[in-house]
Amino acid sequence: MTVDWKFAWSILPELLSGLLVTLKASLVGFAIAAVLGLVFALARRSRSKWVSAPVGGLVEFVRSTPLLVQLFFFFYVLPQYGLRFPAFLVGTFALGLHYSTYTSEVYRAGIDAIAKEQWEASTALNFSMTRTWVGVILPQAIPPMLPALGNYLIGMFKESAQLAAITVVELLQTGKIIGSHTFRYLEPITLVGILFFALSYLSALALRQLEVRIERQHR
Amino acid sequence: MSDSIDRKASPIIRFEQVNKSFGHLHVLRDLDLEVAPGEKVCLIGPSGSGKTTILRVLMTLEKPNSGVVWVDGETLWHKEVKGRLVHADEKHLRRMRNKIGMVFQQFNLFPHMKVLRNVTEAPIHVLGMDRAAAEERALQLLDMVGLSDKVDNYPAQLSGGQQQRVAIARALAMQPKVMLFDEITAALDPELVGEVLNVLRKLAHETDMTMLIVTHEMRFAREVADRVLFFEQGQIVEAATPDVLFTNPTNPRTRLFLRAVLPQDKSDG
Repeated sequence: MTVDWKFAWSILPELLSGLLVTLKASLVGFAIAAVLGLVFALARRSRSKWVSAPVGGLVEFVRSTPLLVQLFFFFYVLPQYGLRFPAFLVGTFALGLHYSTYTSEVYRAGIDAIAKEQWEASTALNFSMTRTWVGVILPQAIPPMLPALGNYLIGMFKESAQLAAITVVELLQTGKIIGSHTFRYLEPITLVGILFFALSYLSALALRQLEVRIERQHR
Repeated sequence: MSDSIDRKASPIIRFEQVNKSFGHLHVLRDLDLEVAPGEKVCLIGPSGSGKTTILRVLMTLEKPNSGVVWVDGETLWHKEVKGRLVHADEKHLRRMRNKIGMVFQQFNLFPHMKVLRNVTEAPIHVLGMDRAAAEERALQLLDMVGLSDKVDNYPAQLSGGQQQRVAIARALAMQPKVMLFDEITAALDPELVGEVLNVLRKLAHETDMTMLIVTHEMRFAREVADRVLFFEQGQIVEAATPDVLFTNPTNPRTRLFLRAVLPQDKSDG
């Protein structure tokens, strides 16, 4: 089987619209992971065991089960209890939830890296807890975390292909549909791979730039 | 100095039978201590004797195991509910903290904020001052510590002595009644100690703030203190005016300590 370049060219627009869905899912998913991860990290630090223990358990559970199982659970099991949501919404949320368990670890490590003297200086100036977090701890903790968070964004971009399994017409699903209509899989699936590669690689390069800049600032 | 202190007035700080342990280490033993409003007290003594812990208890960074601490007529770690003392909640602690400021050995400036914002952050967000007023006051204070030209620098761009002076300005900006200085020159290169002590000297002479100063700078203590406390093993061994304590200490342990830390030439005033 040889590559039909004309065919490849003709399916590109459709694949790009699939790529747009993939990008949306990963970016929205990442926003969820970034916020939820911080919430989890803060909740796990709570002085109350009634908060930290259940949240810790939830995080460990979600992290230790496959994303695909979680997708199936939200998409096929929940509707049996009347909770029915569009595939894209379910997929994006599951992706964000799954990765929030990883980002929460990034936040935790970053927060732990702040010297206890910064907390004490905040107490001595009588900052409220909120002010200490917003004004002192997080602005110092987050910049060094950005490379690690960026890596998870790239990871999510690739893993979002699993959303194909719950009928989200993202990049991989688009390629598969083209294949099943035309009985040619070589071009669409190869192009899917190339598009994933191109964006991941470019993002990784951009991330490295960011890393260098952060390092320079924190010399 | 001394004449401005009204010893008959009720003390601004009072420790009553305060104990603090870290594991097996008993750092404060049944400590009783009173400090008059406006008094400048220097705490001296060997490392690990509990001097720093006194300041940390006052700044609410360490909770005592027992005893009662009073600041400005109110209990610090307790509050009164129906005539009984119960452990203070965060609300009470926050109200009490407004009376107290602290400068640390390691400066502990906020590295992500420029010098000016280090000084204005608390007045704006804790005292609710508007930005213009907070900045005006910060500039005055930075001028007082000799750093008007550094307002737009980050702490990392300053020397240790400059950072410590910013830290002093930052604490002063909250206008506390009591200021605590915890070995604030101990982390500095020798040639930078003088500039920080000069600022402290100025504060001691020109303000009526109550100051508790933990220091190893004996000559400085002698010069600015109304009273010097010699501390050992969690207890005050001797408390006296600097003239008495440095020239004619009554306790043999004080004498032993001073002989170890002071230059041998006793005639050196």
